[in-house]
Amino acid sequence: MFRNQYDTDVTTWSPAGRLFQVEYAMEAVKQGSAAIGLRSKTHVVLASVNKANSELSSHQKKIFKVDDHIGVAIAGLTADGRVLSRYMRSECINYSYSYESKLPVGRLVVQLADKAQVCTQRSWKRPYGVGLLVGGLDESGAHLYYNCPSGNYFEYQAFAIGSRSQAAKTYMERKFETFAESSRENLIKDALFALRETLQGEKLTSTICTVAVVGIGEAFHILDKETVQALINEFEIAGEEAPANEAAPEDQGGDAQPGGDVQPGAADQGPADEGVAPMDI
Amino acid sequence: MENSSYSLLSSEADSQRTLYPYVTGTSVIGIKYKDGILMVADMGGSYGSTLRYKSVERMKPVGKHSLIGASGEISDFQEILRYLDELTLNDSMWDDGNSLGPKEVHNYLTRVMYNRRNKFNPLWNSLVLGGVKNGQKYLGTVNMIGVHYEDNHVATGFGNHLARPILRDEWHENLSFEDGVKLLEKCMRVLLYRDRSAVNKLQIAKITDEGVTISQPYSLKTFWNFSAFQNPTVGAEGSW
Repeated sequence: MFRNQYDTDVTTWSPAGRLFQVEYAMEAVKQGSAAIGLRSKTHVVLASVNKANSELSSHQKKIFKVDDHIGVAIAGLTADGRVLSRYMRSECINYSYSYESKLPVGRLVVQLADKAQVCTQRSWKRPYGVGLLVGGLDESGAHLYYNCPSGNYFEYQAFAIGSRSQAAKTYMERKFETFAESSRENLIKDALFALRETLQGEKLTSTICTVAVVGIGEAFHILDKETVQALINEFEIAGEEAPANEAAPEDQGGDAQPGGDVQPGAADQGPADEGVAPMDI
Repeated sequence: MENSSYSLLSSEADSQRTLYPYVTGTSVIGIKYKDGILMVADMGGSYGSTLRYKSVERMKPVGKHSLIGASGEISDFQEILRYLDELTLNDSMWDDGNSLGPKEVHNYLTRVMYNRRNKFNPLWNSLVLGGVKNGQKYLGTVNMIGVHYEDNHVATGFGNHLARPILRDEWHENLSFEDGVKLLEKCMRVLLYRDRSAVNKLQIAKITDEGVTISQPYSLKTFWNFSAFQNPTVGAEGSW
């Protein structure tokens, strides 16, 4: 994208019908570190890459609990993300106060989208530079939405945002049809696999990632480092292959996986084994 | 409307605050039964001690899943219906497949009633809110001071004193529709005999997962031929 004479104000259209400031805001999302989300019928998992600036500093917080039934993972300007998370928390708690019940996720994302849209139509504002993956549960089931700086929002079975998110998306595109019926454990494992794809060969450890889960009967919470590391160890020990998708949430790595294939892009061993080629990054 | 909230005791605000009720409805009774909720109320609107209006509908559906019944000041009930209308309208304007259930409506009303009470300008009503959503039955009540609770059977006004003891003895889980109606009619008959603001013209409403139905008005048969009423003055010379 090159600079041009129509990109100074958010309220200036280009002759081609584009709002460049909004598109630049979406670029900011693409530059942020990756965040992914996936959902089954009963659970939603959010995961993000948390890189610290230096060894001395702490990691940036990119996943926020909004309510017991909703959480959000962000990519882009994290300060904008924090502010929007606070807004979301406020909306949820106000709704709970008036109605004694949980704010439906679909309503929250519409409110968020409308808030973002306002910033694309005021000359004294700028668009929010953050993309939000909103995962939550309500009466109509488990939901995953993506809210964009443009004010658009979409519902997804699985999605990834931020830098090198395409690698995660490619992984999830192969497997997303299995997610709906997936068990909680397999969903988390798939999230970790997808997250690893965005690291381009760098080792995945619990120090550089964050994973959070929400499900039926399970309030939104961020998994602690030990749990995450245990899950990482489990599938790295199994020869870096994707787990078989039988409903077998055991914790001993005794699945007779014929290992040996050590390509970073693991060969798929799903039940629908239609001669899937190993993924090259 | 705005200035009434600024000074509680100024004379300007006084003319806008509710001080006493004028046209009132008497008891409402609600019970849970096998398929949902049954609610009953008579159609009387009293003007003090005069039984002035005899076709007042004191129960109305709210949204898809709820039914509200009110006793107390009728004009305040009409105001509450306007609030609920606005609420359900805004809810459906989202057009997102979500809808407010009876629990949500009850809590919203509780907030409204309690907030008005705190401003010393109450809506002079006792409300019964019942409904069914996704198979879950809900029955609650809230009054003008904001006291609210849920139960298997609730009543307002005189119904609390005369009907609820009967319900405590005779209500049970999984009442059939016919048994529920009989039970409510028994309570209403007692109220008709003993509550001077009751009129003999009532409606019964039922709400189930399929929706709300409010019956046409009808009357209860009463019996006045008790032997104690024959020759009432036989034991008291000179009385009438």
